[in-house]
Amino acid sequence: MTSSLSRYEKILPFASTIIFLAVWEMLSSSKIVDPFFISSPSRIFYSAQWLFAHGLWNDIRISLLEFSWGMLLAIFVGVILGWALGWYRVLSVAVEPFVTMMNAAPRVALLPLLILWLGIGIESKIAAVFLGAFFPIVFTVMKGVRTIDQSLIELARSFGANDAQVFTTLAIPSSAPYIMTGLHIAVGRGLVGVVIGELLAAQAGIGYMMSRASSSFQTDKVFVGLVLLTSFGYVLTEILKMIDKYFESWRF
Amino acid sequence: MKIEIEGLSVEYVLRRSRERITALNDVNFSVASGKFICVIGPSGCGKSTLLKVLVGLQAPSAGKVLLDGVQVQGPGKNRAMVFQSAALLPWRTVLHNVTYGLEIQGVPIKDAEKIAGDFIDLAGLSGFEESYPHEISGGMQQRVNLARALVTHPELLLMDEPFSNLDPQLRNFMQLEVERIWEQTRQTTLFVSHLINEAIFLADEVIVLTARPGGIKTIVPVNFPRPRKLEIKKTAAFHALEDRLSELLDQEFHEMVYPLAPGPNR
Repeated sequence: MTSSLSRYEKILPFASTIIFLAVWEMLSSSKIVDPFFISSPSRIFYSAQWLFAHGLWNDIRISLLEFSWGMLLAIFVGVILGWALGWYRVLSVAVEPFVTMMNAAPRVALLPLLILWLGIGIESKIAAVFLGAFFPIVFTVMKGVRTIDQSLIELARSFGANDAQVFTTLAIPSSAPYIMTGLHIAVGRGLVGVVIGELLAAQAGIGYMMSRASSSFQTDKVFVGLVLLTSFGYVLTEILKMIDKYFESWRF
Repeated sequence: MKIEIEGLSVEYVLRRSRERITALNDVNFSVASGKFICVIGPSGCGKSTLLKVLVGLQAPSAGKVLLDGVQVQGPGKNRAMVFQSAALLPWRTVLHNVTYGLEIQGVPIKDAEKIAGDFIDLAGLSGFEESYPHEISGGMQQRVNLARALVTHPELLLMDEPFSNLDPQLRNFMQLEVERIWEQTRQTTLFVSHLINEAIFLADEVIVLTARPGGIKTIVPVNFPRPRKLEIKKTAAFHALEDRLSELLDQEFHEMVYPLAPGPNR
């Protein structure tokens, strides 16, 4: 019974996707819904072909560059700060109001300021990604350090471990799964940062392309951008899931 | 390693309620080098606290704790503890859990791995070196816990109810294993238990603690020849000793539950 069920389970997602695309195509070509608004899978496909021949690679490159730099910085600074805040109670008490406030603030509202400071080049977008991705990483890493198993700390101390040894042999490894949790949230927020930043003010990038297409009523191209961003988010999430599986074996 | 404890008291303050707890009150005893000592007593009587003082994780409030004549000041390389929960690092393999203590003590990893090999064999863990803690059974995890302590060649081995989470059959088996291993190492060992028959089976001497605040009620010598087999648990002499210790514990339990009423056998 389970085998026949799992066979259907494998086919079903493909089938539902194909049906969805077919219905979309049909609604659009039969003009039941105005294709101006919903475009259609085939139009999006041709539009993508055209865009790839006319500079879309550069937009992708720019967006990737912004996202990667922003994420790398967020991971680097976020993990180190998270470790420090988790380890030094005094530090966390001192810094907490700032971090909490910044986390609670609608970060999109900071974008005009970022553009003012850093211009409309990639720097302001890197900052936007950073701001989105940084906080979830800091918070989860801090929590990870604070939730080290007390019995493991006693174990280390019983062998005469000093603070540095407890930190490197216990705090760092036990925060690893938490870093992953932070990354899951950070990837989503970072993508939002890129897109919003590019929609608002940019010279290149997928969001910039979408914004131009939208203002000239080219629905197809907007959809191309949307598909690209969605696939990108999907691929990243899948990669993270694969890394998760590795860390899962650490938990009892 | 010779243990001398004089007038040891341990007090601590509970964080939440600010209540002052006296865990141990005026404990005096000494243990000759190379003995296997079991400590029993009603729950909450400070058995674990006693071990923590000896390993150096808990400072005494009063009194002296001398190991080979030297006052305990924090943890040291001459002691190792086997914990109640296996306390294994889930991201390390069995081999690297066993080497953990050595690494903390500054032994280079290659050397630590070599030393660990012998103790992995001794503890019956051969073939599981590359397994992770979640892949092995509770009994195996406790063997790792034990091997990790033994590998540092402690002169004093402290064991805090290491088998309390195992089922009775496995527990019997692990008792045999500990006895077998101890025959080879002959380290001075302090083993906390809440099971009378476990204490008798393993010990040269059983220390009975009083209800909280814990003090020494009595020390009972156990003279079964070694190596011991599980069959001794069925002998009349074993039962007699069991009855005697359980009577002593009952008195303490009664004391704990009805501190002011006259106890049994009094």
